Amino acid sequence: MLLRALLLCLLPLAAAAETMRMAVTTSFENSGLSEVLLPAIAAETDLDVELVVVGTGQALRLGEAGDVDAVLVHARTAEEAFVAAGHAPHRREIMYNDFVLVGPADDPAGLAEATSATEALARIAAAEVPFVSRGDDSGTHKAELALWEATGLPPEGEWYRPVGAGMGAALNTAVGMGAYVLSDRASWLAFGNTEGMALLFQGDPALFNQYAYLPVDPGKNDDIAGDAAARLEDWLVSERAQSLIDGYRVSGEQLFTFNATR
Amino acid sequence: MGDLLAGLGEALRLIVTLDAELIEITLRSLRVTLTALVIACVIGLPLGGWLAVRRFRLRRAVIATLNALIGLPPVVVGLVVYLLLSRSGPFGVLNLLFTPTAMIIAQVVIITPLVASIAHQAMRDLWSEYHDLLISMNATRGQRILTLLVDGRRALLTAALAGFGRAIGEVGAIMIVGGNIDGATRVLTTAIALETGRGQFALAVGLGLILIGLALVVSWASHWVLRTERQGTW
Amino acid sequence: MVAALPLTLRGATLRRRGRRLVGPVDLTLGPCGVTVAIGPNGSGKTSLLRMMHGLQRVAEGAVDWSLPEAEARQRQAYVFQHPIALRRSVLANLAYPLRLRGVTRAGARAKAEEIAARFDLTAQLGQSAPSLSGGEMQRLALARALITMPEVLFADEPCAALDGAATREIEGHLTAAAASGTRLVMATHDMGQARRIADEVVFLLHGRIHESGPAARFFAGPSTPEAAAFLRGDIVE
Ligand SMILES: Nc1ncnc2c1ncn2[C@@H]1O[C@H](COP(=O)(O)OP(=O)(O)O)[C@@H](O)[C@H]1O
Ligand SMILES: [Mg+2]
Repeated sequence: MLLRALLLCLLPLAAAAETMRMAVTTSFENSGLSEVLLPAIAAETDLDVELVVVGTGQALRLGEAGDVDAVLVHARTAEEAFVAAGHAPHRREIMYNDFVLVGPADDPAGLAEATSATEALARIAAAEVPFVSRGDDSGTHKAELALWEATGLPPEGEWYRPVGAGMGAALNTAVGMGAYVLSDRASWLAFGNTEGMALLFQGDPALFNQYAYLPVDPGKNDDIAGDAAARLEDWLVSERAQSLIDGYRVSGEQLFTFNATR
Repeated sequence: MGDLLAGLGEALRLIVTLDAELIEITLRSLRVTLTALVIACVIGLPLGGWLAVRRFRLRRAVIATLNALIGLPPVVVGLVVYLLLSRSGPFGVLNLLFTPTAMIIAQVVIITPLVASIAHQAMRDLWSEYHDLLISMNATRGQRILTLLVDGRRALLTAALAGFGRAIGEVGAIMIVGGNIDGATRVLTTAIALETGRGQFALAVGLGLILIGLALVVSWASHWVLRTERQGTW
Repeated sequence: MVAALPLTLRGATLRRRGRRLVGPVDLTLGPCGVTVAIGPNGSGKTSLLRMMHGLQRVAEGAVDWSLPEAEARQRQAYVFQHPIALRRSVLANLAYPLRLRGVTRAGARAKAEEIAARFDLTAQLGQSAPSLSGGEMQRLALARALITMPEVLFADEPCAALDGAATREIEGHLTAAAASGTRLVMATHDMGQARRIADEVVFLLHGRIHESGPAARFFAGPSTPEAAAFLRGDIVE
């Protein structure tokens, strides 16, 4: 086994499977779903998909530069702009998960009594309890800003703390300072360091988080694996993908809901 | 405290069970860093010697630049190397982005100034000791540099180890140019960053301990090699 | 073989940051014999030897060998006032000048072992050179200088820090080298040593040659009062 690992490391990858690169967001990687999907993809399509795990902004820049063959993100406006600019021929919705509001278990702002996401945020603002924002222009950050916009309250003040970091780091920060934070459910469930924190609000359709697949325009350069990207797209909307996505459980909970149209 | 102990336990578990993924990323870390170190030494050590032996007008400027480059943030190096290697960049045709080679390139840029600068300082002192003798014996410039490299090997080992330490623990640049791709470019440091992001502190600390252990083993091994070489240098 | 000697100095002057260290010096070194530079501390003996050897460029005047400078340098060797040991074994130190000249490893080793036997350094061959005692170090420096069989050997106070027995030993090696044809140029402030070794004396004072000539005549009756005072052991200002 040691020898195998050594060989794996020293030799270039065996040329059997076709390799393609896909930029995905940190929250997708952190959910653990990729560890279920990638082996199935490798087995069924003979595609070796390498995930470049970055923030949404960087993922789209990688696509724009033609450094990856496809992008899987969740930031609708940015995705539509990406397609409009010609970097991808189209945008294909695959699945969604949802955001949840997480905070200190004793819930000082009383989120448990809120009836909508906007009300929950308004309670945090009114109580001026610390709130950690991703502040990194990611899909999650954009979703959060849209929610604040809907409350009509500007998220400003001592209590509002943009950290400019990925989901995991933002969760770590929130745990550290006993703050509320908007997280995607997958990252929250897969998160290991949940001491003193609890899921306090969920279920509002406004917290819907749509993932979409963007094959990068193969005309950008000769090295883009356009065929592979198309094959991956076909697989991602297949029934097999649907059963794997809907069947994925973390701590007994379903994380993702498949909603691609065939 | 609990996470630190759990980290120790995790490190032990990974080592005792010879975890395949751990072995893979550890070997990759070593391969990337050692390759970068060899290249950095091949460039940096003679450069340091040359700067010690040679007197020319821009010498001070070159040395000052070298020392300034040591402080270059790895993330900036990573970004610049990314922009150069990107398929839409000048070296895009080489298709090196998100490969171990790209990581090696970034690390070479990061550690060569450090290696050259430490080597230069060591050899400058040795040169002031040897200067008269080597001039008297009519040694050519190449022979002078070679003599300084050979006789200053202890200090040069320190330079190389400093370079190794900086490279093996580097994460910002290789994250950008390597992409932290599982099975292709994931190394110890990027795995640690990933696990920290996941809140898996025990695993992250465990990997960190293995990283420190690796650096210690390399350091001890190189000192041991120097101590056991006896007649070898003449 | 074309010789590097004679060496001619014409108005040769050495300066450091505007200060005159030695010169102007007019002097010719013929092809054989032992020339000894004497004079009080700071009179310029070291500077004169370094200037002749070309370690320092002259500010004025000229130092002319009978061969182009690079070739002439190949035929000289220099033993420094403070011996310089390469941080290597004694064997590697001895072999070093030969290795610089492209002699093979095995050839250089054989020669080094041979000269080590002559200089009583065989037991120290594997020892690290910087750890040698003062006497051993001087023997090493001299052996290393002579291993290339130089036409000219400069030796700057080679016995300055040694006791009587060690001094005698070094002197023996120096006279043996001179007898086998090496032109010896030596600096010393030890009058006894100068009397024992010199064929020709250069008496330096304040960076200039105050008096020079054949050793026998100089020691029998110096023509300047300062040289006479120096020989008596008086303090010369
Ligand atoms: N590198 C140097 N820089 C400045 N002054 C020097 C240097 N080398 C020698 N001197 C000065 O030149 C004078 C002659 O020194 P030196 O030749 O060493 O005399 P000696 O060997 O006869 O004792 C001394 O006053 C000494 O201080
Ligand atoms: Mg002197």
